[in-house]
Amino acid sequence: MNFIDNPRKLRGFEKHIRVEKVSRRSILKGLGVTGGFVLAAPVMSRQALAYETGAGKMPHGVVIDPRVFVSVAPDGIVTIVGHRSEMGTGVRTSLPLIVAEEMEADWSKVKVQQAHGDEVKFGNQDTDGSRSTRHYLIPMRQIGASARTMLEQAAAKRWKVPATEVKAVNHEVVHSASGRKLGFGELAADAAKESVPAIEGLKLKDPRDFRYLGKGQIGIVDLHDITTGKARYGADVRLPGMKYAAIARPPVTGGKLVKFEPDEALKVPGVEKVMQVQGWPWPSKFQPLGGVAVIARNTGAAIKGRDALKLTWDDGPNGKYESAAYRKELEEASRKPGLVLRQEGDADAALKGADKVIVGEYYIPHLAHVSMEPPVAVADVKGDKAEIWAPVQSPGGTREDVAKTLGIPEANVTVNVTLLGGGFGRKSKCDFALEAALLSKELGAPVKVQWTREDDIHNGFLHTVSVERIEAGLDKSGKVVAWRHRSVAPSIASTFAAGTVHQAPFEIGMGLVDMPFEIANISCENPEAAAHTRIGWFRSVSNIPRAFAVQSMVGEIAQATGRDQKETLLALIGSPRIVKPAVKDLWNYGEPFDSYPIDTARLRKVVELVAEKGEWGRQVPKGHGLGIAVHRSFVSYIATIVEVAVDEKGKLTVPRVDTAIDCGTYVNPERIASQIEGAAIMGLSIAKYGEITFKDGKVQQKNFDDFQVVRMDDSPVVTNVYIVPPGPDTPPSGVGEPGVPPLAPALINAIFAATGKRIRSLPIGKQLEA
Amino acid sequence: MIKVKINGQEQSWDGDPDLPLLWFLRDEAGLTGTKFGCGQALCGACTVIIDKQAVRACITSVNDVAGREVTTIEGLHPSGDHPVQKAWRQVNVPQCGFCQAGQIMQAAALLMDNPKPSHDQIREAMAGNICRCGCYQRIENAVHLASTGV
Ligand code: FES
Ligand code: FES
Repeated sequence: MNFIDNPRKLRGFEKHIRVEKVSRRSILKGLGVTGGFVLAAPVMSRQALAYETGAGKMPHGVVIDPRVFVSVAPDGIVTIVGHRSEMGTGVRTSLPLIVAEEMEADWSKVKVQQAHGDEVKFGNQDTDGSRSTRHYLIPMRQIGASARTMLEQAAAKRWKVPATEVKAVNHEVVHSASGRKLGFGELAADAAKESVPAIEGLKLKDPRDFRYLGKGQIGIVDLHDITTGKARYGADVRLPGMKYAAIARPPVTGGKLVKFEPDEALKVPGVEKVMQVQGWPWPSKFQPLGGVAVIARNTGAAIKGRDALKLTWDDGPNGKYESAAYRKELEEASRKPGLVLRQEGDADAALKGADKVIVGEYYIPHLAHVSMEPPVAVADVKGDKAEIWAPVQSPGGTREDVAKTLGIPEANVTVNVTLLGGGFGRKSKCDFALEAALLSKELGAPVKVQWTREDDIHNGFLHTVSVERIEAGLDKSGKVVAWRHRSVAPSIASTFAAGTVHQAPFEIGMGLVDMPFEIANISCENPEAAAHTRIGWFRSVSNIPRAFAVQSMVGEIAQATGRDQKETLLALIGSPRIVKPAVKDLWNYGEPFDSYPIDTARLRKVVELVAEKGEWGRQVPKGHGLGIAVHRSFVSYIATIVEVAVDEKGKLTVPRVDTAIDCGTYVNPERIASQIEGAAIMGLSIAKYGEITFKDGKVQQKNFDDFQVVRMDDSPVVTNVYIVPPGPDTPPSGVGEPGVPPLAPALINAIFAATGKRIRSLPIGKQLEA
Repeated sequence: MIKVKINGQEQSWDGDPDLPLLWFLRDEAGLTGTKFGCGQALCGACTVIIDKQAVRACITSVNDVAGREVTTIEGLHPSGDHPVQKAWRQVNVPQCGFCQAGQIMQAAALLMDNPKPSHDQIREAMAGNICRCGCYQRIENAVHLASTGV
């Protein structure tokens, strides 16, 4: 078996997390001076909160140091470092906003500076797993509180009054007894000489005094630049003497170049050179596939030249990969017992003894991320030094991989993180940056590698392909007494280790073994499946097929028993309780269970909230239908109601979507709404159109004409978002991904309500036209 | 030698006349606000305005626009305060932002042609512009806001 408990360890961070004692009274030479204290785990000040997170277990853990993240200029401008990658979630705004809140900075006087890839300095930078807010809410508050405390101490010294008598308020420190005030800028130099306070002793603000957090009126810091064309993404980097490259890669995963003829390419005006690119055998994590690069004076010429190459490939062991045949394999595997991952009661016996057994076999094909910005990177390699500019979700991992690939020390690699034109997991893999580095080294010049949309679709790290088979046994009263769920899908781990046939804990923990229903007899199984292409994280990952299967089955149970969908769902969720699945070392999105249990009270709450606000049970016109689904993922709870309209010809439209999310304590509700609105569109794209198929080992789709996504004219007319107000100590949880999984099953349940047709295979495609 | 006017400035090109305008703008003229999303007129990320029409720069050659005037996102308004840009900011439209230059240019062209578009007209006119992040509801609201006065 190939179980990998923490996927990020795959990065090879064996050197692991640096642990140093917090120096209580270390003398500060200046705010913004590097070299801080690195903590293995965030030190939680007990008075402020009652939870811990998995942040400390991430590679390089968390760094809580105002000197690393904050600087104050004499003119009062506060610069706060954003160390996570911005791909549309708003994290480049939200995390610095937390610091500004806690240090009493005026947001209009704050500048955000993007960190380069350096995890020893900044702590873990992997922007994935919907974990930025949940891992950094408290550390960012602590950083802000330390900076505030230092400013206050500096003012107190200047005035020769006890520090307890002064208070930072909106970019000034005030001494109310005497009415004196000093601006942050005036205090900057002195504050920099203050010692960094001990984290345990920091006084965090009372949330009732928050000006920004949880309020939702803050626009993203890049808003003006985005609307004026100034925002800089990966492809917008231009260096003197830079060359432009497009690469022809093996069309089949594991394929190799046999020969190439450069002549036609060299005839294209603007093309300067044709050269081979080093490739690695499959699987080898994120290493480049290799191929042939065309170097030109601009991207247009490079692409035209690339398309003119004559290439011969050896397709290798995956040359026969064919989607229809593979689907049959998965289906057959799902009908036989597999590796048992969770067993409670006796599902076999209970199914045999059941009054009625409902069987659903649900299929979701491969999906491509198609982030709006295709992969792109710029590299400038000179001798044993490399500088990279790239839209990467993993700046630290990229730095490490560039160093390894070029055989140079990590300290010699600088990774500049641009804005990401969407990521969705694709840009957690830095293969495109490695290609640029290899080419720049060989050319001795800076080079930009631009992937086309066709490249993106043909040579990506696809979402897996899966059959989820569920058998539900009902007793005479219609109560579900048995549940057997078999999940068959090639694993992401196959991209790291050859011969992988079972899913990893981080995949089975996404809606399979953590299934929250109150059922006496449960069996969750994982039959084998081998991969034939590169599989990677795709926004929400295995939660997509799991929520689709489990929540469709709820609809099928409602259908079989003639009961209301929502009532059936609540009955299955059962009593408010903490679910403790009988699973050894259950993976919980990397979080401790004490802070992030599987809480059915919260699951019920989002169902009830969305039902109330979304007017569940309302009268809808003929041809319309309502469907509901709920799913816990990334330790958040989300329920969605979809209204569909299906006309006589089978044309499907979505007049309305309602979603309720419980993501615990939150920072910027305005961005939460935008993430959920967007997740509804991505979920709808998956349900209506999403399908990558293979023939002769090659992806058959190429661009947005045959791999379609939802456009404005078929997007939901209205998406309403309701956020559950957090309790005083509710830990923050994921937002970026959890919105996607419930959309498809809610939609499918709605289609059944509207038409009586039960769809078990995505995409819907033409199934409603029959 | 091909001459084109881009955002009011005359530019010339003596390379491949078939070079897509997109790459001329981005790589030769250094105007990187116009984005590459598909190269096949399928996504709208590369939308510019030529003679009051929204045009996909990825399938338009430099030769096609010889002697014409091209407006890119950089030239839509001197201070970035075109009603569409202002509306976009007021509604907080963007997520990753990558599609937004194209969306804004498409919307600006729509409003030149039809200053008060209906719900259906907005959805139809903007359907060529993909937003993978899914900002459509806000895009529609922003176009509506721009058409009614920001
Ligand atoms: S890049 Fe021109 S339409 Fe997509
Ligand atoms: S905002 Fe990301 S593609 Fe539109």
